Amino acid sequence: MEFRSHTLPNGLQIVAECNELALSTALGAFVSAGARDETDDVAGVSHFLEHMAFKGTPRRSAEDVNREFDEIGAHYNAYTSEEHTVYYGTVLPEYQRPCVDLLTDIVRPSLRTEDFEMEKQVILEEIQMYLDQPPYGADEQVKLLCFGQHPVARSVLGTSESVSGLTPEAMRSYFDSRYGPATVTFVASGAVDFDDLVKQVEGACGGWSRTEDNRCSTDITIGDNHDHVAQAAATQQYLLKLTAGPDAGDSDRYAAKLLTMAVGDDSGSRMYWDLVDPGHVESASLGHYEYQDLGMYYTWMSCAPQDLEANLVRLNDVLAQAQEDGLTQDELDRARSKIKSRVVIGNERPRSRLFSVGVNWLHRREYRTAQQDLDSIEAVTLADVRRVLQRYPLTSGATLTVGPREKIAWP
Amino acid sequence: MSLDTHTLELPNGMVLLGEPNPSFQSAAFTMLAPAGCRHDPAGKAGLASLTCEMTLRGAGDRDGRALINDLDALGVDRGESVGVSQVSLRASGMAEALAPALEIYADILRRPLLPADQIEAGRMVCLQELRGIEDEPSHKLMQELRRQHYPSPWGLPSQGEIDTVKRLTPHDVEAFHGRHYQPGGAILAIAGGFEWERIVDLVQRLFADWEAPDEGAQAPPPEIAPVTHIPYESNQCHIGLAYDSVPYDHDDYFQAWASVGVLSGGMSSRLFTEVREKRGLCYTVSASLQSQKERSAVFCYAGTTCERAQETLDVTHAELLKLRDGIKQNELDCLKARIKSSLILQQESSSSRSGSLAHDWYRLGRVRPVDELSAIIDAITAESINKFLEGQPPENFTLVTLGPEPLESPVGIS
Repeated sequence: MEFRSHTLPNGLQIVAECNELALSTALGAFVSAGARDETDDVAGVSHFLEHMAFKGTPRRSAEDVNREFDEIGAHYNAYTSEEHTVYYGTVLPEYQRPCVDLLTDIVRPSLRTEDFEMEKQVILEEIQMYLDQPPYGADEQVKLLCFGQHPVARSVLGTSESVSGLTPEAMRSYFDSRYGPATVTFVASGAVDFDDLVKQVEGACGGWSRTEDNRCSTDITIGDNHDHVAQAAATQQYLLKLTAGPDAGDSDRYAAKLLTMAVGDDSGSRMYWDLVDPGHVESASLGHYEYQDLGMYYTWMSCAPQDLEANLVRLNDVLAQAQEDGLTQDELDRARSKIKSRVVIGNERPRSRLFSVGVNWLHRREYRTAQQDLDSIEAVTLADVRRVLQRYPLTSGATLTVGPREKIAWP
Repeated sequence: MSLDTHTLELPNGMVLLGEPNPSFQSAAFTMLAPAGCRHDPAGKAGLASLTCEMTLRGAGDRDGRALINDLDALGVDRGESVGVSQVSLRASGMAEALAPALEIYADILRRPLLPADQIEAGRMVCLQELRGIEDEPSHKLMQELRRQHYPSPWGLPSQGEIDTVKRLTPHDVEAFHGRHYQPGGAILAIAGGFEWERIVDLVQRLFADWEAPDEGAQAPPPEIAPVTHIPYESNQCHIGLAYDSVPYDHDDYFQAWASVGVLSGGMSSRLFTEVREKRGLCYTVSASLQSQKERSAVFCYAGTTCERAQETLDVTHAELLKLRDGIKQNELDCLKARIKSSLILQQESSSSRSGSLAHDWYRLGRVRPVDELSAIIDAITAESINKFLEGQPPENFTLVTLGPEPLESPVGIS
């Protein structure tokens, strides 16, 4: 395993974890562009732009893009989050060149007006599809409830109204501001010919004009609120609870991962024993998510509507007890075993490592081996967990419930 | 590129398959036992699922909490699912966790406590799952499509019905376990970092004395009432179409599979291109060939807003019919490249490899080496697929829709 990196004269970065024993090559264009970079009048544009990358470039029609990826047997796709848009593909090593050619090309899409109008219909369908899956939209509402105007609370998809109102001109302007050498990084893992990767990316992107990454940090305030949305068509009642946790640059993030695993993993955790195993709820879990200047603890629960209040008491008890007493050594050790095993298994596939290498680089300009992650997990103590609980109380934050209930008796 | 696959058939009928790969730090296993939901007795739909749930509530000398805690302490990532014919238990973790995890799973399969005082908790878990499906319209639709398309009991959902699950007793669970958790037809497939000889010794110790139960009477299959439209208050109309194909052990299976790949494999495939890319009709449209041991079908799905649902159905149906006109060489070239890389990528995951080994054995009675599979794929031509499609074109469709309004069936759809 060898880490390589290179920066082009215009500032564009190329990083790779090279493993000559790997059977495949995973490649990605990681763009620092997501919902948090948007304004109200272009809500949803980052995700829309992700779709447009597959609609053709000056050198390729939309059909060419899809066909050429398929011709090299690529397993490829793209996703957009609050702060990144990632285009990626896994191929056999002999197809590194055509895959890089495609990825470097589609991040400069043509953005033709007729393609824009056609794809708008697909995205409006995507929004309708999610609206049929309760409690879609609730995650954004609870982020607003907890973090107010922090840009990470913005919706990735936007709304039917905001997407309908988008213009090709507004998208082109957004593209110019977020897709430049300062915000696009090419990442590779597995069986990688790094020298050739650099040569090829330089040929394709070396002529891009130098840009600045103008994303700023935002102060955080936590809202201790609760709210509910009546959704008559839903069968189950859903509950989301959100509060702040260590962010992507915080060394306490490993302690946070172990804490959430012990308290709220989908099996063998405190929430599992107190809520899921007795059949009180359909599901209950606690996760930790890290963003550039904000981390969050995310609690999720779904149950029969009439059981909401009783389960809310149980859930609050689990969180309050963890907050009060911390974890036991046994719980910490079990959580450690689970996470370490997942890190090792993930490390065996170049396509899993691609995201770890890429997101680490975007967040911290840092390369971490899987072994360094294992060492950090190994080093976490009960005192670290205590400290992270004091810094970020699990019992704080905002709660939202969605489902058929008209009224909720909040405890 | 094939690794060596080892096989051991125990006298009691259980089969052990192993594909050691020294480059792995992890190991994974898939255990299939012949305890699927087609064995649910009349009026007791959901019993196979409840029994699977109950086996994890304590086994051997561990109560439920100790069982899960011990698996967690080993770092084992696990999953269980109940299919039509089998229950499937999957586990993966660090290589050194394999042997102790297998010891625990031998208890789960052979010596579960099935504690009567936890039957209500187990039942609640099953009921919660049934309720959850109600909030997933596409899942609910495809479940109904399978039920309609396959003769009973082959399309039954394993979760059963709320009314039947409410009636299940601890005695039902014990009887189901006694009759169906047995070595005849059980398959244990292991892949990743392990040594075959050492695992053989362990598996012999854990399973060689597992005895088959007396043969019991088979439950009669329940009657299924046909439904073509499920009224549902949703933003989208969900469309499901199915037609018969050939199962995995059939000589033409890969011809059938390739024809479905042309329809729906990769973003240059016909359904994605015609329905989504050219017309912008929907976000999700797909087709897949799903094979049971003795039957198979192609299941297609599209979800779209109501005003465009009829056009989506008509275009999707037309694309299925158009397969009869044959496929082109360039479509096949894409598909082959994709299959070739899938075969190699699968070898990078011990858990997907163990699943393939187990399912190969179940459906073929042997494991098909990767090299043999490559040779079969190489031999497929546009002519061979077209010849297959002439003999078995997509026809006799089953259509089910879910949404606020029913759609008009295109000609030829029952």
